[in-house]
Amino acid sequence: MTTVLNLQNVSKAFGGLSAVNEVSLSIDKGERRAIIGPNGAGKTTLFSLISGEQLPTSGRIELFGRDITRLAPHRRAALGLTRTYQITNLFPRLSVLDNCLLAVQALLPLKLHLHRDLRRYPAVYERARSVLAAVGLADKAAATVRDLSHGEQRQLEIALALAGSPKILLLDEPTAGLSPAESLMMTALLKKLDPSITLLIIEHDMDVAFELTDRITVLHYGKVVADGLRDEVTANPLVQEIYLGVS
Amino acid sequence: MDPAGGMWGRRLGFAVLLLVLVVGPPYLPPFLLTLLTQTLIYSILAMSLDLILGYTGLSSLGHAGYLGLGAYSVGILATRHGAGFGTTLVVGIVLAGAVAAIFGLVALRATGVYFLMITLALGMVVWGLANRWVSLTQGDNGISNVPRPVLGLPWSFSKAIPFYYLVLAGFVLALLVLRVIVRSPFGHTLVGIRESESRMRTLGYNVWLHKYIAFVISGAVAGFAGVLWAYYNGFVSPSDLDLSVSIETLLMVALGGRGTLLGASIGAAVIVVLKNLVSAYTQRWLLILGIVYIGTIRYAPEGIVGALKQWGQWSRVRLSRSTA
Repeated sequence: MTTVLNLQNVSKAFGGLSAVNEVSLSIDKGERRAIIGPNGAGKTTLFSLISGEQLPTSGRIELFGRDITRLAPHRRAALGLTRTYQITNLFPRLSVLDNCLLAVQALLPLKLHLHRDLRRYPAVYERARSVLAAVGLADKAAATVRDLSHGEQRQLEIALALAGSPKILLLDEPTAGLSPAESLMMTALLKKLDPSITLLIIEHDMDVAFELTDRITVLHYGKVVADGLRDEVTANPLVQEIYLGVS
Repeated sequence: MDPAGGMWGRRLGFAVLLLVLVVGPPYLPPFLLTLLTQTLIYSILAMSLDLILGYTGLSSLGHAGYLGLGAYSVGILATRHGAGFGTTLVVGIVLAGAVAAIFGLVALRATGVYFLMITLALGMVVWGLANRWVSLTQGDNGISNVPRPVLGLPWSFSKAIPFYYLVLAGFVLALLVLRVIVRSPFGHTLVGIRESESRMRTLGYNVWLHKYIAFVISGAVAGFAGVLWAYYNGFVSPSDLDLSVSIETLLMVALGGRGTLLGASIGAAVIVVLKNLVSAYTQRWLLILGIVYIGTIRYAPEGIVGALKQWGQWSRVRLSRSTA
């Protein structure tokens, strides 16, 4: 099994607060891993360190064998890493199609072309429309994002992440704010993802996490407290105590 | 109402406007013709600013500096070295672009208000040079007797009407170039950067590079406006590029409608006309300008073009309701 993502003793401190504390993690190609833990456990911060939006205070991050610890976010994306956001991070004033077009051209050399109308690149439009169709937003292409329902916006988040054919996808609480019905649809969508894509999912909804992943890593106050197959982790007394206050 | 009808309506509108601009001028009184010529030159400047302000979201307060670099290229080369139009044009544009390339390295390290302050400071640097480098620029005496271009064509550009058509050609050229750019993939990227820089980064864009290229192009086009300005005015002085010109340019874009190109031209027309009319009656031009700006922000934050679009949408809705 090849390791695609490797974190070695990664820490992130904000002054005296240690948001991520000596986290070591190893993800294999095609693996589906859930990162769970109570609020404030450092999960989203961890994602920001992996995506490059924050730099670690110490430690090392390797992606496909390459040291990316201090690499700029756009270069990590070029290596095949994308993420979605817990708090929806789209382009609210633009149309759904425009959002997707931006995601599609992001890793293509044509993004620097300034001599031809974008409409003369039909392949970009086709790709954008097919990604929207894959997430179920085909008929909303012309809608403005801020007019979409929350559920539709979460679907678009996934679309933006998939547009560049990523090799590794970080999903930050994909079902955040979704109704139970919407969560089911989202889970079904994520289950259909190409099995060769490596998936790292932060989730609060245990059903979704267990449905989509085989291995679970539990964070608590920035530290890894459990890491293993689902059944091992759920049986772990420390994990039970953290989540249920049961000893 | 048919949205395609709206598009054809706009094309018809442009065609009519262009027709008027081409056919009308020989019938205009001389004063209005000079105002129109001035408007076209400032439109080029305003559109160049719209590229970084309206489309990329970078508020720059030093844009007059690039106009000045273009203008002084003409002033110095044409009066002292007898350079022809071709030379001054190329030097003016390249110099403005090159200085933008240098200034961009400094300014784009910052964002938001800090970017604004740095561009303001850099604009003042150019103004300061124009003022103090007396051996080169004649300081605040300015450079006078800039001759009109000689292009070997049957018309003398010393006359107002042929010169107007030269400027019109320049305006149309600048408009077409900028229009291609904003509709290109690069242009779409700029809009994405304006809307959410951080998201663009994680999608995979080298945001700095795009901003930088836009900044340089914007400076070069402003330099082009400066070249035309020097020939139009026959006289180049530091007041052509001081802070108030930068501010007026920003207001032209805001008033007309950011991120629309044509809005910048409309804003330029309004400001140039107001300035020339108002100055005939009062010294307090800047006060009027301030009131106009506040009025725009309060009542039409998307500018004139935005207000027209909204009005167009309302009337379509009301029309479809009344015929329902």
